[in-house]
Amino acid sequence: MSSAHGQGPKAPHAFFQHHYNTVEQQAGAAKLGMWVFLATEILMFSGLFLAYFIIRILYPEMVLGSHELLSKTMGGVNTVVLLFSSFTMAMAVRSAQVGDTPGIIRNLIMTIGCACIFMVVKYFEYTGKFAHGIFPGKYFDYGRAAAYAAEHGHELVGMPHIFFGIYFTMTGLHGVHVAVGIGVLVWIMLRAKKGHFGPQYYSPVENVGLYWHIVDLVWIFLFPLLYLVK
Amino acid sequence: MATADTSSAHGGDHAREVSFYAAKTGLKSWLVTLDHKRLGMMYLVGTMVFFLVGGIAALTLRTELLTPEQDLVSATTYNKLFTIHGAVMVFLVIIPSVPGALGNFLLPLMLGAKDVAFPRLNLLSFWIYSLGAVFFLITLVNGSLDTGWTFYTPYSTSSGTAVVTATFGAFILGFSSILTGLNFIVTVHKMRAPGLTWNRLPLFVWAIYSTAVIQILATPVLAITLMLLMIERTLNIGIFDPAMGGDPVLYQHFFWFYSHPAVYIMILPGFGIISELIAVHSRKHIFGYKAIALSSIAIAIISFLVWGHHMFVSGQSELAGVVFSFLTFAVAVPTAIKVFSWVATLYKGSIEFNTPMLYALAFLFTFTIGGLTGIFLGALSVDVHLHDTYFVVAHFHYVMMGGTIIAFIGGIHHWWGKMTGRMFNEAHGRWGCLLVFIGFNMTFFNQFIVGQQGMPRRYATYVPQFQQQHVLSTIGSYILGLGLLWTAFYLLRSLKTGAQASDNPYAGASLEWQTQSPPIEHNFHGQPRVDTDPYNFPQIDRSGGMDHH
Repeated sequence: MSSAHGQGPKAPHAFFQHHYNTVEQQAGAAKLGMWVFLATEILMFSGLFLAYFIIRILYPEMVLGSHELLSKTMGGVNTVVLLFSSFTMAMAVRSAQVGDTPGIIRNLIMTIGCACIFMVVKYFEYTGKFAHGIFPGKYFDYGRAAAYAAEHGHELVGMPHIFFGIYFTMTGLHGVHVAVGIGVLVWIMLRAKKGHFGPQYYSPVENVGLYWHIVDLVWIFLFPLLYLVK
Repeated sequence: MATADTSSAHGGDHAREVSFYAAKTGLKSWLVTLDHKRLGMMYLVGTMVFFLVGGIAALTLRTELLTPEQDLVSATTYNKLFTIHGAVMVFLVIIPSVPGALGNFLLPLMLGAKDVAFPRLNLLSFWIYSLGAVFFLITLVNGSLDTGWTFYTPYSTSSGTAVVTATFGAFILGFSSILTGLNFIVTVHKMRAPGLTWNRLPLFVWAIYSTAVIQILATPVLAITLMLLMIERTLNIGIFDPAMGGDPVLYQHFFWFYSHPAVYIMILPGFGIISELIAVHSRKHIFGYKAIALSSIAIAIISFLVWGHHMFVSGQSELAGVVFSFLTFAVAVPTAIKVFSWVATLYKGSIEFNTPMLYALAFLFTFTIGGLTGIFLGALSVDVHLHDTYFVVAHFHYVMMGGTIIAFIGGIHHWWGKMTGRMFNEAHGRWGCLLVFIGFNMTFFNQFIVGQQGMPRRYATYVPQFQQQHVLSTIGSYILGLGLLWTAFYLLRSLKTGAQASDNPYAGASLEWQTQSPPIEHNFHGQPRVDTDPYNFPQIDRSGGMDHH
């Protein structure tokens, strides 16, 4: 993307906005803006991670007992799915950089597919919890949840509604981000189909990619902290 | 002009173009505009409307406090009034005021750019602001809010008022603030005119930039805090509510981790205005340019490390209290650097006592009192006595009103001709400033005394011995209200009857003065270029320098 110093500015592409002086200025602004946005995302999630650690410090046995009710298999599958989707996303950006439009579309479809698999698994996880009275906060049914835990040889201690409160909050907010991700991925895929992207102009693909990686990265921290406490 | 080789940018060399107001007309030209100048004007109107709403709440509760007994409003209504006053003034007025109105209007002009980096995002910020304001209005008619603007748990999880609506409003406003901050950071990095290096940026730009850094780093934490509070209230997940196993002090940590930096989101833009006002109206190169610029950054950094000073009596550890106390004193250093630099700028300057300068001088007086009384509250042992008294009320009003709002009004006067193309009446302006200054100090100065004597904040009733001072405060608040209404009156009247503003009525040297008043739609004729810093004023610079040209 960077033209060597001293060369003239690149010819404006179809999406050049005229309040910028050069194409490079527009691309640089888009990228910096995205990184700043990612910083705000990290700070927002870090508030939740802090809340999680406080809860874990206050009630270590409760967190240990409650986390056994989460399905490590489903969490693990989702982790693999998201990691793979980050790979296909990176490939989509690469395809855009080299002007391979069919490649962009193919890789974006795989990324969107992975995101949908993640959401479907999440749906079964949530409904599986709800079926045994494991709801967030005051809707938590201690009797049914404890019976379910006993069936699987685990014991609930203390106030497990707190653990599941933060579990549903963190994974829920992350799920919202995945859903938004699906939306923007579909958007750039439709644009790619119209042939909007190429070596001259691929900021939207790159920025959606950055967003998708941060969504993936948050999950990489959520999975061990929530599912693999022991 | 000293700033720039603006031969291609200077209005005089070109046939005058129509202003951005005349370039497009109709309601739609405003509602979906991408023009930073129109958005700035809309923010100005929006914040001023809510300034009136918050002001009416304040005057009503000051009226209740005329007598020790509860007479005008019920205790519950009183609680709602001070909450609405605080929440509206913080979230809908002060935070968006300077960045939203003056920042939007001036930042691209000062940078010699055609617009901010992301004009559509800028429009989105404004509409998000409006949506947040709608939620506040729904709160007002739907049971209001009585938690205080801080939404402290556990009361906010049990109060019968519209906490979720109000919190959601503040949550939404946070996103407006974040997106504006993001836009400004990228704009300052990427949109500067050729030759406009970091060391040639007007100090207003440095201040807005530092503010934007705090906005994007602190506001997401407020978002998550308010989200957790909403979830706690609707689902009782047990994070903040002790009855459910939560920790209310955790809420305070979360809240102040945002809201202390937010104090600097509110005051830093004010500092930026003052730097411009003092330099231009004393016709002298700003003293300590780099020190003022970098002290903004220093304040932005330290502001994240002092939140615990709001919690000296909330049950945090003594060690934490000592550390937070020390760090609080540390913020005073960069702030003092600014104040001394402004005073040194005035020294041997050719001071023009016009309305903007009078506001700048008023700021120096009131903000310094606000800052120094912050030291009292930052000292652990003293704070135990003064915590939650009127001393605190007086302190933050001296900073927020005596600092930010005074600076904002000064800035509005300074750039009024640029923004509207009309000049206000100078004599009217000076009278307004006098009324505001007297009214403000009369309202709040004796609150230091009454607070030190033990009058707690947030009470509708009080012991009779405090009545005299409360009456004085209330009369002061009426004078202040009168001064502000008068100011609004003559400013609005100037739109009809004011003299035509020249392009550069105060002979300023930064780029916004190099274009027409009001500016043309694309800001400049051609691309401005900059070859010196914006404080090299021609001719009467007595700081030892010679005329630049």
